[in-house]
Amino acid sequence: MKISPSKIISLLFFIFSGFYLYTAHQIQVFTFDENAAFNAKTFPIYLGYAGLIFSALYIILPETKPSNVDLKVLDYKKTIILVILMILYGLTILRVGYFLSTSIFLVFSYIVLGERKWIWIFTLSFPFVALFMYLLHGLLNIYLRDPFLQFIGIMG
Amino acid sequence: MIEGILIGLETAFSLKNLMMVMIGCFAGTIIGMLPGLGPMTAIALMIPITYGFEPSTGLILMAGVYYGAVFGGSTSSILINAPGIPGTVATSFDGYPMAQQGKAGKALAIAAYSSFAGGTIAAIFLLIAAPSLSKVSLAFRSPDYFGLMILGLTAVSAFSAKGHFLKAMMMVVLGLMLASVGQDTLSDIPRFTFQNMNLSDGISFVLVVMATFAMSEALTIIFKANDPTRVAKQISLSQLGSIKLDKDETNKMLMTIPRSSVLGFIIGVLPGAGSTIASFLAYGVERNFVNDDEKQKFGKGSVNGLAAPETANNAACSGSFVPLLTLGIPGSGTTAVMLGALLGFGIQPGPRLYQTNPEIFWSVIMSMYIGMVILLILNLPLIPYIARVLATPRTFLIPLILFFSVTGIYLMSFNNFDIYLMIGIAVVATILRLYDFPMPPLILAFVLGGLMEENLRRSLLISDGSWSFLWDRPLTLIIMLIIISIISWQCYKSFFRK
Repeated sequence: MKISPSKIISLLFFIFSGFYLYTAHQIQVFTFDENAAFNAKTFPIYLGYAGLIFSALYIILPETKPSNVDLKVLDYKKTIILVILMILYGLTILRVGYFLSTSIFLVFSYIVLGERKWIWIFTLSFPFVALFMYLLHGLLNIYLRDPFLQFIGIMG
Repeated sequence: MIEGILIGLETAFSLKNLMMVMIGCFAGTIIGMLPGLGPMTAIALMIPITYGFEPSTGLILMAGVYYGAVFGGSTSSILINAPGIPGTVATSFDGYPMAQQGKAGKALAIAAYSSFAGGTIAAIFLLIAAPSLSKVSLAFRSPDYFGLMILGLTAVSAFSAKGHFLKAMMMVVLGLMLASVGQDTLSDIPRFTFQNMNLSDGISFVLVVMATFAMSEALTIIFKANDPTRVAKQISLSQLGSIKLDKDETNKMLMTIPRSSVLGFIIGVLPGAGSTIASFLAYGVERNFVNDDEKQKFGKGSVNGLAAPETANNAACSGSFVPLLTLGIPGSGTTAVMLGALLGFGIQPGPRLYQTNPEIFWSVIMSMYIGMVILLILNLPLIPYIARVLATPRTFLIPLILFFSVTGIYLMSFNNFDIYLMIGIAVVATILRLYDFPMPPLILAFVLGGLMEENLRRSLLISDGSWSFLWDRPLTLIIMLIIISIISWQCYKSFFRK
């Protein structure tokens, strides 16, 4: 028997709802609130049951409009590399600083997606980020932490 | 009311705000044209930029972006048959065939004029209806609000995902679950934080919007092999043709615009219906109104067939501001994003908004109309140039979207946790979207989560824990009956109707 991916997602949501419901029951409320008509865990408990009901209905009932996805045409490699690049970007943005980490992220992303025109890769990374930073930091007074630019004395 | 309108005009006509409308319309048009990026993404991308602005200026910018994005969506529908947003799908039915016949310029002009006319008529309706509706809405109590919120969520689920009602309802529950993370508003008891300090304030609305729309859309474009932007490269300016309309075409539009405007506005006011339903309905209704000769042209480049959905979707956009501004309940996913932005500015939309913050209430309404005028003046001569944006290679487009998304979150919190959380939500959202789990219900639920819990708390405490508040008041009962009929209709459609 072949189970559709949508049903598998619903099953995962069913398990997630069960975990959510269990966690909702564990919420510590004040003693005087324990038997109140409404306390901090009332709404989450209802949500947990709603999640269980809707996902169970989807699993049990026949699919009226199944989603057809051709898994062979999906580009897993580029998507996964982009996600990893974003994680690395998140990892370096505070330590290295906004300017350098963003520019490097853009350069690598362009290359991963197949861009090879170096003039455009450069223009739409370092100068572009510098301009964007000027707009935010210089014109709109939005603080941007950048240890690298502070280290080389460009940013105060 | 006249005083309010004058306050609105004064605010909207300040040089700074006029500039914001222009920038918003232009930026919105460009973002809206890019396949997969709709008004919701465009507004989400603008939120971090509006941080430093006054609330009225920020909202004016977002209103401009909204209308610009809707017009932009029509441009990609007409030129490359790739609607930027669901609301412009019906536009492509006749717009794209016109473009293929070498009348792309004319089709874009019809879209621009129809959008303008639809928006103008709806703005007048909004001007008249909004204050009276806000008076009516003062009669609403907590149980009615709770019922209205369920109605909004049910309606969005029913309309946003045709044939996927249960999936949409799961997304509603997921959105409410995400909204429940963080300290309880009344008792300050931490919920679902797992002793992580970063979660004690809850999950940011901008984070969820960026992750589920901008970021996951960018990942979806890469994930799927289809690349509509490549098709755009084949379009040359010589193919756009003239943008002038002849007398016959103008007459046809004059017949279509009034009826589609009224229809669009009414649909837009209803919670959950929005511009997509309005445009499809207007297209269907228009087909029944025209003569047999014109009926044959539908789907092959009919002026009426193009003008009707374009008029209706813009009128619906204005209409959807009525429940947002007067009831504090967003009528669509896009206005849900705007509700989040309003709350971010510390403004609670609702019946008292136009009494407590008249400059915001009226300036948003006024700037909508100014936005329409600017869209027409700005975009019509720029059509050939704007079309070139469609040729932006995805190799640049995708990284830039990801960069804007990460920057948006970084500027809010300055911590890595939020960036990782956003990436995690975006990956999950990408997989969910792949299998037709719709995102608008999730966003609407996330935005309404706090308000819904608050109103349920009040209702249950007043009725001493009894659920009878759902049928005690006639208004609540009517709302509940509407909800039951929507759910019953969805069940009937799914399982009994062939």
